[in-house]
Amino acid sequence: MTTSTQDKPVSNGVNTEALIGARGVFAEMPQAASFTFRSNCDWVDGSESRNTINGYFGLGEEHIRKQTFVISSDHPAVFSATDRAPTPPEIALSALASCLTGGIAAVAQHRGIQLRKVQAVVEGDMDMRGILGMDPDIRNGFSAVRVTFNIDADASDDDIRALVAQSQKRSTVFDLMTNPTNVHVVVA
Amino acid sequence: MRCISTVIIGAGQAGLAMSKCLSDRSVTHVVLERGEIAQSWVKDRWDSLRLLTPNWQSRLPGFSYRGPDPDGFMNMPQITDYLRDYAHVIAAPVEEHTTVSSVTPDGNSYLVCTSRGDWICDNVVVASGACAQPRLPQIANAVPTSIAQLSLATYKSPNQVAQGGVLVVGASASGVQIAAELSTTGHSVTLAVGEHIRAPRHYRGRDIQWWLDRTGVLDAAVKDVDDIARARRVPSFQLMGDAGLDAIDLNTLQAMGVAITGRLVGIRHGKAQFSGSLANHCAMSDLKIGRLLEHFDDWAMCVNLPDLQVPRRLPPTCFPSSPHLTADLNNGAFRTIVWATGYSPDFSWLKLPVFDQKDTLIHDQGVVAPGLYVLGLPFMRRRKSALIDGVGGDAQALADHLVANRTKRAA
Repeated sequence: MTTSTQDKPVSNGVNTEALIGARGVFAEMPQAASFTFRSNCDWVDGSESRNTINGYFGLGEEHIRKQTFVISSDHPAVFSATDRAPTPPEIALSALASCLTGGIAAVAQHRGIQLRKVQAVVEGDMDMRGILGMDPDIRNGFSAVRVTFNIDADASDDDIRALVAQSQKRSTVFDLMTNPTNVHVVVA
Repeated sequence: MRCISTVIIGAGQAGLAMSKCLSDRSVTHVVLERGEIAQSWVKDRWDSLRLLTPNWQSRLPGFSYRGPDPDGFMNMPQITDYLRDYAHVIAAPVEEHTTVSSVTPDGNSYLVCTSRGDWICDNVVVASGACAQPRLPQIANAVPTSIAQLSLATYKSPNQVAQGGVLVVGASASGVQIAAELSTTGHSVTLAVGEHIRAPRHYRGRDIQWWLDRTGVLDAAVKDVDDIARARRVPSFQLMGDAGLDAIDLNTLQAMGVAITGRLVGIRHGKAQFSGSLANHCAMSDLKIGRLLEHFDDWAMCVNLPDLQVPRRLPPTCFPSSPHLTADLNNGAFRTIVWATGYSPDFSWLKLPVFDQKDTLIHDQGVVAPGLYVLGLPFMRRRKSALIDGVGGDAQALADHLVANRTKRAA
């Protein structure tokens, strides 16, 4: 009934106390839990575009980071594109992998499990006839996404499986990919 | 206007157990019941339902099952009779057909207004049940009008469900039972599965409830769990009150021909949308029951229990590799939706600032406010709080609290 705990202090680089503290704050002030994230995207040329990511809203105010992050995207040569950056769906797959991986670290820390290695391989299947509008029965998005984790940790196989399961349960990007979202696109 | 020490609202197992505890402590009280004793068990449940707990496990303060079949499971008329017998044995002062319209503060007392006159009392015990009304998700409003909708209060039997496709939403005890009986009667059933926990009816030759009882799992107190809010939301096991049935889990249902898919997450343009998280929900269910059975094994080893069968782990839950993510609700494939999405209490008559932002009653292990108590909620004081077998212990603790504070409040 209990998850594994160890006598040796566990360090996965996650500040669990801060996360638990945040739960306490948000229970008192639910409005502080409302965050808005954003990305600014500029078309470069052809299928290439560049996102810059910095500011976000949360805890009732706007936050500016010290560093602006850049994520570029392009299409590969087989689509006669310049292939200077990963495709948007590949970025989505990487976002899923990162979200689940970060979640695993947080859950492991909370459960007292020391991680040594966490590797994920993420694959998404796509039928290109969808985005080319050739068959209305084929969707644009992935027909299936597979994630395979390779984890080395001080825990039983079942405890590791439970980590991965809990991480999915609490993952933003897993939720985004498995559940519908209202998306409003407007022209300013 | 009548004055009394304590008004108990609801004459189900919780209200009757509290009545017995107050009588034992010489606290004058009345039990107000909107209908008849234990009526929810018959009126607001489906026909085939039996308790998920064996007869021996319906222990109440000063009362227990004395019949010929301790390992059997009561059907709804039987549990109603059982509780009426209890009310009789303990001489509970029940006023039936008395609907409470409001409870409001009145100085240091409470004013309880009912369809049959008002009461002024020092204490109110809310025992109207955790399952007073079916809980429906918002998206029920988006269901096309051509689809018949049934809830856990209106679903009675497969006879009332049109032949053809049925979408059963929710895969805890109620959902799996209803899906099974609809499938048996020739309906084409799809079950939308969110978070759930499978459980074998028997393990190593003993009923699962025996294990839960004997190992102390059901006795776990609020302080024993690190996240009580989550513990209170844990869904009921996929179980059925039938000793002849090994399990009524997703494997059983699929073998019967029930199609399973992910949690129902939206309805857009007449299309139901299901989550792609079925695999994880199945994995979590397998892991949870695996841990529980392992806990039983450890305990059995510790207490050196003889005559147990060898441990047998459950085969993993099978699920389709590509379950349907959408279903057209307008093409006639589905004619009915059964919402097996749980119950919620109804405290709309409790006119006091004792609710949080989500309208959930705030209480500390059943103590809501000075002189105001609640009983029978999930994991209220212990994991078994919402069980017939658990409400007695809670009633005793709260009756003690009431008596101790009565003197304080009077002084």
